[in-house]
Amino acid sequence: MISNIWIHPTLIMVIGALLLPLIPRPLKKGYLVAVPVLAFLDILSMQGSYGTYGVLKFMEFPLTFGRVDGLSMVFAYIMALMCIIGTIYGLHVEEDAQHIAAWLYVAGSLGVIFCADYLVLFLFWEMMAFSSVFLIWFRRREESLASGYRYLLVHTAGGLMLLAGFVLRYKSAGNFDFNLLTAAPMGIDSWLIMAGFMLNAAVPPLHAWLPDAYSEATVGGAVFMCAFTTKTAVYALARGFAGTEILVPLGTCMALYGVVYAFLQNDARKLLAYHVISQVGYMVAGVGIGTQLAINGACAHAFAHILYKGLLFMGCGSVLQMTGTCKFTELGGLYKKMPHTFLLTLIGGLSISAFPLFSGFVSKAMIISAGFEAHNYTAAILLTLASVGTFQSTTLKIPYYIWFGKSRCSSEVYEKAADPPVNMQTAMAIAAVLCIFIGCYTPYLYNMLPYPEIAAAYDPYTAYHISETMQILLFTALGFFLVLKKLTPHDTISLDLDWFYRKGGRAFLWIASRPVQLIDYVVGELYRFIGLMPLMFTARFLSWFDWHGIDGIVDGIARSVRNTGNLTRQLQFGRLQYNLFFAVSCVAAIIAIYILA
Amino acid sequence: MIVNFIDYLRERLPMVIRLSYVVLALVALIDAVFVSKEHAHTAMERIPAFWSIFGFGACLLIIIFCKVFGHMGIMTREDYYDK
Repeated sequence: MISNIWIHPTLIMVIGALLLPLIPRPLKKGYLVAVPVLAFLDILSMQGSYGTYGVLKFMEFPLTFGRVDGLSMVFAYIMALMCIIGTIYGLHVEEDAQHIAAWLYVAGSLGVIFCADYLVLFLFWEMMAFSSVFLIWFRRREESLASGYRYLLVHTAGGLMLLAGFVLRYKSAGNFDFNLLTAAPMGIDSWLIMAGFMLNAAVPPLHAWLPDAYSEATVGGAVFMCAFTTKTAVYALARGFAGTEILVPLGTCMALYGVVYAFLQNDARKLLAYHVISQVGYMVAGVGIGTQLAINGACAHAFAHILYKGLLFMGCGSVLQMTGTCKFTELGGLYKKMPHTFLLTLIGGLSISAFPLFSGFVSKAMIISAGFEAHNYTAAILLTLASVGTFQSTTLKIPYYIWFGKSRCSSEVYEKAADPPVNMQTAMAIAAVLCIFIGCYTPYLYNMLPYPEIAAAYDPYTAYHISETMQILLFTALGFFLVLKKLTPHDTISLDLDWFYRKGGRAFLWIASRPVQLIDYVVGELYRFIGLMPLMFTARFLSWFDWHGIDGIVDGIARSVRNTGNLTRQLQFGRLQYNLFFAVSCVAAIIAIYILA
Repeated sequence: MIVNFIDYLRERLPMVIRLSYVVLALVALIDAVFVSKEHAHTAMERIPAFWSIFGFGACLLIIIFCKVFGHMGIMTREDYYDK
């Protein structure tokens, strides 16, 4: 929004990405920062100018690219901000393609956030999936390649569900408008659309793609991925399915499911990926509760989550970047080597655990309060239980087993360990400062929420809430350290629901190579004996018949014509009087026959 | 600076642990004695230091559940999918 011209931030990101390879090397770093900053300023300039912009006509369908309102603005704001932080974090990456993939991915997210109809939504939804998969493939490991294909297949399936939902929706509603879909009873179209959104939000059982992909992505790629796909889906759910009751138990299950699986992980980034599921569970539950406070809570938590989860992925990514591993069984005792990374990751951990004065405290509490206020006590208590697990894994386990505890590093790993390059530390520092700022100065975030007056009336810093949180967290820490010896990590992986398609894929391959191939062979042989042999026999007979029968007749006629011709020729002497004689004789004979008969 | 501070604390670990226990006791005590329970949502929250018990219990519950769950065949060797 510059004066009265509405410029889509997606356009800035796409053009920025396409021009990147043409930028000379000395200007590249400045350009890399400038483009996301420009997109962010563009979004800032839209504040207060709510309305509908960028409506184009495609055949008979109106395409709405720009719906600017409270809900879209809060998501767009934080996504553009995270794009700046993520790009700074990856500033040392020389390969243009990595930046282009990340920016197109952000562009897709922003496109979904601002769109107001399903056609545009679908376009940008697929753009996200197809650009983000490169953030996995650019890791260039054999596992990343496979993981990327699985990611793409799962998201293609989700996209197809959405598409089916959209088409059915058009049939029933007569338009593609993307609005609240909760009119009871929900039809099959609404369910399909919700399932498509839930797949991107990683709601179990449609979640296994997330830890699989995020733990295999590039160091910088994971920072982008943890911020955009799931939060775009939370936005879509908040827009289309606020107040859908089924989302409350699903969100609560997600929160706990993520916690349990995170506990079992040995890979720090996989642990964090499961905590994405857990944290998005809070947001999904908030959307399901659907009150104004709950929707505020879901948006606030998405906002805070993007920053602290980005920070945590940056912290563990730095460890991976510098040491080549982020497995607890290969790390430990690194605080002397990576003190800044430790401190910044700890801030991310305290934020995700909703420690007072950190961002999670002011956002998570809103959802849990909304749960209590809506008399959904089971969900509220279970979400509080999940926050115990979050603190345990993210704030206690990660720092303890990477920076403290017994060092299990090989000498090579310990040698390589050091704080990462300045740009990576700067990005982490920006995120960390924002995490603390949001936690300390609540109006910054609360004024941006879709219902600012409800948010302004909410105060997370009551004596009761602070006391509750401090007790939960500190006594969790007590429990953790009392049983610390039992928690030693092992080099294992945990089987999740991706087992079905990973093993299922192999079963498919086996079926294709064994039974299907056998059937193919048998059918081939049968065809040869039953089909081909009679065919050859018939062909031979037809050939014989053609030669002796048809050709005989044709040749016979030809021979007769030739013989008649010869005979006629012999009658032609070339003398006129003979010819006249024969002709007159014939005429006389004919007349005689005519008269006598 | 960070490293020095951590080393300082590590050298005095028994004292840090004792201090932590004092903090824990204080947190529970303050809740039991001073904090108004008017914002409590449920009756059980009126038990003195309820959230301390909840936090500690939940922590152990999660650890035990995860350990049992993990050993039911969910945790497996790293090259499981390679073979």
